[in-house]
Amino acid sequence: MRPAGKGATESLYFDYPRFDPPQGAARAALDAPARAVIVGAGPVGMTAALALAREGVASVLLDDKSTFNDGSRAICVSRSSFQILDRLGVVGPFLDKALGWTTGRSFYRGRQILEFEMPDSADEKFRPMYNLEQQYIEAFLWQAVAGCDLIDARWQSEVTGVADREGGVAVTVRDPQGCYTIPADWVLACDGARSAVRGMRGLRLKGENFEGRYVIADVQMEHDYPTIRRALFDPDCRRGGTVLIHRQPDNIWRIDYQLAEGEDAEEATREDVVRDSVAAVLKDIGHEGPWELEWWSVYSANTLALDDYRDGRVFFVGDSAHVVPIFGVRGLNNGLADAMNIGWKLGWVLTGRAGPALLDSYTPERRGATLDVFANASKSARFMTPPSHGWRVMRDAALSLALDHEFAGQLANPRQMTPYVYARSPVVRADDPGFAGGPSAGDVLPDARVGDGHLSDRLGPGFTLLCFDAGLSRALAGEAGMQAMVLEPGSAAARRLAAGPGSAYLLRPDLYIAARWHDARAEDVIAAYRAAICKSGD
Amino acid sequence: MTQAEIETVYDALAAAIDGAGAGKSELFLAKLALLLSRRLGDATAVLDCIAEARRHLED
Repeated sequence: MRPAGKGATESLYFDYPRFDPPQGAARAALDAPARAVIVGAGPVGMTAALALAREGVASVLLDDKSTFNDGSRAICVSRSSFQILDRLGVVGPFLDKALGWTTGRSFYRGRQILEFEMPDSADEKFRPMYNLEQQYIEAFLWQAVAGCDLIDARWQSEVTGVADREGGVAVTVRDPQGCYTIPADWVLACDGARSAVRGMRGLRLKGENFEGRYVIADVQMEHDYPTIRRALFDPDCRRGGTVLIHRQPDNIWRIDYQLAEGEDAEEATREDVVRDSVAAVLKDIGHEGPWELEWWSVYSANTLALDDYRDGRVFFVGDSAHVVPIFGVRGLNNGLADAMNIGWKLGWVLTGRAGPALLDSYTPERRGATLDVFANASKSARFMTPPSHGWRVMRDAALSLALDHEFAGQLANPRQMTPYVYARSPVVRADDPGFAGGPSAGDVLPDARVGDGHLSDRLGPGFTLLCFDAGLSRALAGEAGMQAMVLEPGSAAARRLAAGPGSAYLLRPDLYIAARWHDARAEDVIAAYRAAICKSGD
Repeated sequence: MTQAEIETVYDALAAAIDGAGAGKSELFLAKLALLLSRRLGDATAVLDCIAEARRHLED
């Protein structure tokens, strides 16, 4: 929502483009067959299209809007998402604009009770977290999408039907100039929490609705505070409630506050009430200068997911498959990880490099990641929004003790966001117990300093075998789609990987570890590679 | 005690307070404090903890 008299996209800092539906001669081929139709050109849909294009697969990208998202919405972009953007070759503008951060501070009744640092070091190419308004996320992805010949993006194009047909899906589209049907081999539903495709397929999200409701409001102001996430528990401006404050680019500040029990959401999102609430928060943090209200919205802390992220030839990607509480900063980040996961897998299957069974690993890997978020988010939700008397008493006791005792402050420490480990994936090999440390099979590769750059810069476009023995790398030279990279034994990378001279790590295109061996043999590596791409029978 | 163990205790206490029901949680917590004191076996330490816990009770 925006202040009275302003249009839905009339922003203080962002010029919204306006996109036309397909025009003129382009309309003749609108109903041409497509290998993949992606529904929704938000961050998740655009990332999926770029991930498919990276594998050489063309897609049609549909969105019913005529521009980007109306507000800043998801603003916290994690290191793992920056790694995905880097793999897709689009991270540059994100690095230029986003505000990286490592520190969080929690306050109880105006006094600091906790300061936490997220893990960071010179081994990491990216910071643990970046703040960036969603419109920029979409605009930067759009630059890459618009410049990509393999992506046919169509705006103002609404999907009205998704029917199974022999060997594919018939996608019916309506735009201002007419209706047409695309015979598609596969559909990626990236159309958000209120997914129309999900409804048309007769599927429902299942899970819990938490009590807590929150308002997020963006204000523009000159405010002197570093990019540090602030959490205010039981502050003067909102007794019994919780307030979060984030800095964003362009002097935009995100104020996120919890509504009290019984507070009416409709009333709480009225402009004058939002202004009063924001003014009280700003008074609490000592901001005395002018400020302008940019945009606001309301959300609740739900944990909902589909039982299966695949329905025949339709895959659900991002919020269409799962809704997670906002304070885990996992909505966007898990959505991008979903998009990368299905993108490379579908790309490899459609180009014949992987067997079709690879697609069956999407749900266990990505739904597993969602359930992991739910477990952590439920803990955070119980602290931020105690669901009963017992949880409230314990929360208040922890906060009160935290004024003098560091251990109690740690109870207010939000879970660090680490990528989920695909330990039980059908395409990840059981971990080798011969290792005394390092990331395990199913984990995402930790970055490391190599020369004057980073390990992640030197990986091949497909699978990469990291090893420390040139002999092993030569034995694997004939495997298509896999590239060996020989690292120095005893180097920073070797230490981070707990690797000996005979060790090897097999990395997937999405930087997850498919297998590792403390003492690798070429035939084991080849067998694991074929299992990871479901080509064992060839 | 590790952070994870403290969280386990925190969760168990929250559930037990809810389980004690309206008006009984004070009695439950007093019984618990006496049992923990006996287990600790150090009256001075318990009195220190009582003083610590009394801090910041005001609204």
